[in-house]
Amino acid sequence: MTTLPTSTAKKLGLVIDLDTCVGCHACVISCKGWNTENYGAPLSDQDPYGENPTGTFLNRVHSYEIQPKEAPAQLIHFPKSCLHCEDAPCVTVCPTGASYKRVEDGIVLVNEQDCIGCGLCAWACPYGAREMDQEEKVMKKCTLCVDRIYNTNLPEEDREPACVRTCPAGARHFGDFADPESNVSILTAERGGMDLMPEMGTKPVNKYLPPRPKDRDRSEDVDILAPFLEPVATEATGFLGWLDKALESMPGSSKGGKN
Amino acid sequence: MHPAPSVILFSTLSGLGFGLLAFLGFGMPSPTGFMAFIWFAIAYLLAVGGLIASTFHLGHPERALKAFKQWRSSWLSREGICAVAALLVMALYGFGAVFLGANWTLIGVVGAVLSIGTVFTTSMIYTQIKTVPRWHNWTTPVMFLSICIGGGALLSGQVSLATPLLILAGVAQIAHWIFGDKALVNSGTTLATATGLGARGDVRAFEPPHTGTNYLLKEFVYVIARKHALKLRIIAIVLMVVLPVLLLITHSHILAAFAVLSHLVGVFAARWLFFAEAEHVVGLYYGKR
Ligand code: SF4
Ligand code: SF4
Ligand code: SF4
Repeated sequence: MTTLPTSTAKKLGLVIDLDTCVGCHACVISCKGWNTENYGAPLSDQDPYGENPTGTFLNRVHSYEIQPKEAPAQLIHFPKSCLHCEDAPCVTVCPTGASYKRVEDGIVLVNEQDCIGCGLCAWACPYGAREMDQEEKVMKKCTLCVDRIYNTNLPEEDREPACVRTCPAGARHFGDFADPESNVSILTAERGGMDLMPEMGTKPVNKYLPPRPKDRDRSEDVDILAPFLEPVATEATGFLGWLDKALESMPGSSKGGKN
Repeated sequence: MHPAPSVILFSTLSGLGFGLLAFLGFGMPSPTGFMAFIWFAIAYLLAVGGLIASTFHLGHPERALKAFKQWRSSWLSREGICAVAALLVMALYGFGAVFLGANWTLIGVVGAVLSIGTVFTTSMIYTQIKTVPRWHNWTTPVMFLSICIGGGALLSGQVSLATPLLILAGVAQIAHWIFGDKALVNSGTTLATATGLGARGDVRAFEPPHTGTNYLLKEFVYVIARKHALKLRIIAIVLMVVLPVLLLITHSHILAAFAVLSHLVGVFAARWLFFAEAEHVVGLYYGKR
């Protein structure tokens, strides 16, 4: 089972739009929630209310700053979960066959009953997409919500991964990359969807849409309302001026803003 | 990479144990009777002791038998099979030597090849890991094998062989460090390729995904100060190669025992560095490399 299928009927995966993601971490929470209550061992936390809380997560959102040569810096929120690689090194290193890639849809899963918790698959993954659960001592990873997407007990609109369903910005898209007419294939083609660390040769299925170029540099823009917002008088006069001075001279008042 | 004591102990002890088994299998020396019992007991204590230590880092050691299944693709699985095969064949050879006073050459040679093969499969577990460029090159198996054979020669008392083999092991270890120091840069993997954003400007990790630590940071992002690393490298080479070679010149049995001890401690230090200095590319996502 640990050998990879030469091809899969479907290639299910995600498109993540770095242009629209606002870094709200809602997908992180909905992922943790769904995958704690459903498929496999729950995602445990250690010392959750103490000094050093840690825990297992299958989706995490980084934030990066890009500083172009001639333009203002840009902030990019960067969600990261398993990319369900076509040439998944995490699968071939597994000694037990617990890690496998499904022939029918390309989803990479862990059979937790067979996992000996050796950690080698997490070593082999370049993206940090696998985490050993510290409570159950088995390897956890994104299942692409395999227990939602085919689940006929759920209303039709919920049959997509929890992160996609939750994202308030519409930054996450789920579909079949093997079908050139699918939503994800079209998005990838139109927006120049890219692979992470292509030099690692993992052939990720998930694609990232790069931030759109800024149409113009706004750093020199002047708000037309700005002149009206200029302070009218720098020094208070009249009654306010007297009050200001009176308060200033009272004992206990500070000039340095100490209170 | 996190330098887990169980894994370091395993590769140090088992490496030496299988090295000794290989020399015994090749008939260097070829003891019989009680002497053979002593030799094989030492070799098995080291090899099996190391293997047992290695199970301590498993989350579910009770399922370890499942790990023999995937030899077609997994080096870890191949290592398990090779180790068991080597131990079984050498047990047969040892049985002949201890109880029948026989030296079954063919069985010995097969056992020796399997013993060295086991150390090779161990080294390939690390070499195959592309995400750790420091490991992912030919110096890793050469270093593991030469240290196993050098240590085996030393422990089996092959004085004339041990000196050149230990020097060779030292050269291989230093080559591994020299190649390794440039490996991450040469791999071409950077935060720019990790995020795919490099063409737009300089990419900097701005905010991590979590305020505390996690499994990834603990397991993969171990940062050791360069200054300490250099000192430890010198200590490792001196204990592993220089001191044993000098002690061997004396031809004294007591000092030879010290040579083995010094070698063992030196290899342990070098293996600690093997993990502690290894940079996993996932650290790039955290701006830690
Ligand atoms: S992202 Fe990592 S865990 Fe997921 S398939 Fe690729 S290598 Fe495996
Ligand atoms: S941790 Fe589990 S799934 Fe990963 S390689 Fe080891 S046995 Fe396979
Ligand atoms: S829920 Fe959507 S917008 Fe929020 S962090 Fe996740 S991908 Fe980004």
